[in-house]
Amino acid sequence: MDFDLTKEQKMIRREVRKFAESEIAPVAAELDEKEEFSADITKKMGEIGLLGLFVSEQYGGEGLDYISYIIAVEEVARVDGSQAATIAAGNSLGIGPLYYFGNEEQKRKYLPKLCSGEALWGFGLTEPDAGSDAGGSKTTAVKNADEWVLNGSKIFITNAACELSLGITVQAVTGTRPNGKPEYTCFILEHGTPGFKAVPMHKKMMWRASSTAELYFNDVRIPKENMLGNKGEGFHQMLQTLDRGRLSIAAMGLGGAQGAYEAALKYSRQRIQFGQSISRFQAVAFKLADSAMEIECARNLLYKTCWLLDNKRQFEKEAAMAKLYCSEVMGRVVNHAVQIYGGYGLMKENSVERFYRDQKLLDIGEGTSEIQRIVIARHIGCL
Amino acid sequence: MNIIVCLKQVPDTEAQIKIAGDAKSIVTDDIKWVMNPYDEFGVEEALKTKEKFGGEVTVIGLGPKRVTETIRTALAMGADKGILICDDAADGSDSIAVAKALAAAIKGMEYDLIFTGQRGVDDDLGVVGASVAEFLDIPQLSLIEDVEFAEDGKSVKVKRPVEGEVLTIESSLPVLITTQKGLNEPRYASLPGIMKAKKKPLDQKTLSDLGLDASDFGEGARKLKIVELLSPPARSAGKIIEGESPQEKAAELARLLHEEAKLL
Ligand SMILES: Cc1cc2nc3c(=O)[nH]c(=O)nc-3n(C[C@H](O)[C@H](O)[C@H](O)COP(=O)(O)OP(=O)(O)OC[C@H]3O[C@@H](n4cnc5c(N)ncnc54)[C@H](O)[C@@H]3O)c2cc1C
Repeated sequence: MDFDLTKEQKMIRREVRKFAESEIAPVAAELDEKEEFSADITKKMGEIGLLGLFVSEQYGGEGLDYISYIIAVEEVARVDGSQAATIAAGNSLGIGPLYYFGNEEQKRKYLPKLCSGEALWGFGLTEPDAGSDAGGSKTTAVKNADEWVLNGSKIFITNAACELSLGITVQAVTGTRPNGKPEYTCFILEHGTPGFKAVPMHKKMMWRASSTAELYFNDVRIPKENMLGNKGEGFHQMLQTLDRGRLSIAAMGLGGAQGAYEAALKYSRQRIQFGQSISRFQAVAFKLADSAMEIECARNLLYKTCWLLDNKRQFEKEAAMAKLYCSEVMGRVVNHAVQIYGGYGLMKENSVERFYRDQKLLDIGEGTSEIQRIVIARHIGCL
Repeated sequence: MNIIVCLKQVPDTEAQIKIAGDAKSIVTDDIKWVMNPYDEFGVEEALKTKEKFGGEVTVIGLGPKRVTETIRTALAMGADKGILICDDAADGSDSIAVAKALAAAIKGMEYDLIFTGQRGVDDDLGVVGASVAEFLDIPQLSLIEDVEFAEDGKSVKVKRPVEGEVLTIESSLPVLITTQKGLNEPRYASLPGIMKAKKKPLDQKTLSDLGLDASDFGEGARKLKIVELLSPPARSAGKIIEGESPQEKAAELARLLHEEAKLL
């Protein structure tokens, strides 16, 4: 057994941490407060290679393993959830489906721009009436000569309504399967296509500096070359994308927990009450001890899952476990962190306040905690 | 243009420094090591110069095996080759001895320029740069915050801050330049850069490889001996001056500066 990261993986952690601390940390609170997406930071993240890490070099990526990608997301999340969201969704949901299921021409056309950080891509699955129950989507695509005509809408789509948004992968019903269930197919849809409208969603509690969009499709004509993979493969493509995507959400939980824990530990040693550092009170020390332990467990579970994936083993069950566990660990850690900060933890001038809000998305996005438990229960043979 | 950057690995500026039992060195066990920040300016300036004029950037470090990490960081930033002078006999050498070894490594190479930090942020001595230039018998420009090459790349004009004024100096090449804060903003090693660094050459050399005599190095050969290391005295709490009005507070402050602090 070998728990050591490679020299390169360690260097990636160090450099991404340095980048996040000097480029993101100073502006994170302000962007959150103003609810502002930053194209500038996204481009900088692209420049140092935070987009397209697992994509091979011929398409402008870095050809790195999954664990390197996860470490990078973890380090950004240690400083800010919104920016971590931009790269986690940009990679797992934006770049991933095009890279894994696109044909040569599609990959050449889009991946270099997405890997450089010049442009972002969304993944349109969730609909107003189809969230956890993704099988309930109502968006349809109907064949008409050499085109597909798309009608319907999507909601909560990350990276899909900012100045860098280039397009989306959209899942639509294209027919009925022999078993009577709907047949799904994914399409590539560029912004600016007539009939396609992307509206930014505002007043979010968390990820306020990440772009979230509502999408409307009104007789949008998609050329048939823009089908992703084959007709009827949409549901599988989506499941595979989400299995991998869970790891980057887990990385956000792990990194966020780490950031909140470090802040709380530091604060607890400086804050004096009753003549001593509050870290000396057992009630405070035990919260930090629990946090350190849970972060350690979360990291081991997540890295092992990446190892399974990098070694081409089955990783789906562990991916659901890692997503669920890391998210919930961050929930407990940010709760402790705010408690340790006392009144100051409720104020925006302290990052733990933002971490506390940002955490909640992790229990909901890319499959809620309830859905993860269902996935795990299915894998272990309960259902 | 072929450029050499001499770099040192130093404790992270945020590391908690503890004095070792011998009272002459520091405890290195838990220290996080980083590239000396002034040397980072050197690497950045070397890369910018190479981007403009072409050529190769070689980074040279001296120290234990762990220094490879710092050299790799420079390679990941974009330098082409690394050399580590690694020899147990060099442990504990003083700045002059370090400069002698660096100069010996540089001597056989073709170079137009050498960058190094104006000082290491650990010992704060600032001796190595000047000594390397002296051993190589080339001019040195110290504490430089702006570097500009002639179009033909044959000479250089630099700026050094002096007491609120700026001194502009010109020199032919080759020349050694020590870097001052403000020279540039060092780039991050990008992820692709980190992967490329893996394949770049990093040679390791001993003192004898460089034709040097081990007895000129190490603790025993130090011309400068550390007598004792002391922690700075703990700062006592500040004093808050009370008073009804600003005038009253200012008067009290003046009185304290005069009578207690005896500064006025
Ligand atoms: C900021 C943000 C970004 C997002 N980005 C994207 C994106 O890029 N692309 C995309 O396609 N989607 C995206 N989503 C959507 C996200 O994936 C969904 O919100 C999520 O899947 C849950 O769906 P829902 O919100 O409709 O909740 P619902 O499915 O309505 O769930 C409501 C509650 O019911 C519970 N529940 C539902 N079914 C069951 C069940 N069978 N058993 C037990 N409990 C159940 C849920 O766990 C939850 O607690 C994003 C969401 C947010 C908030």
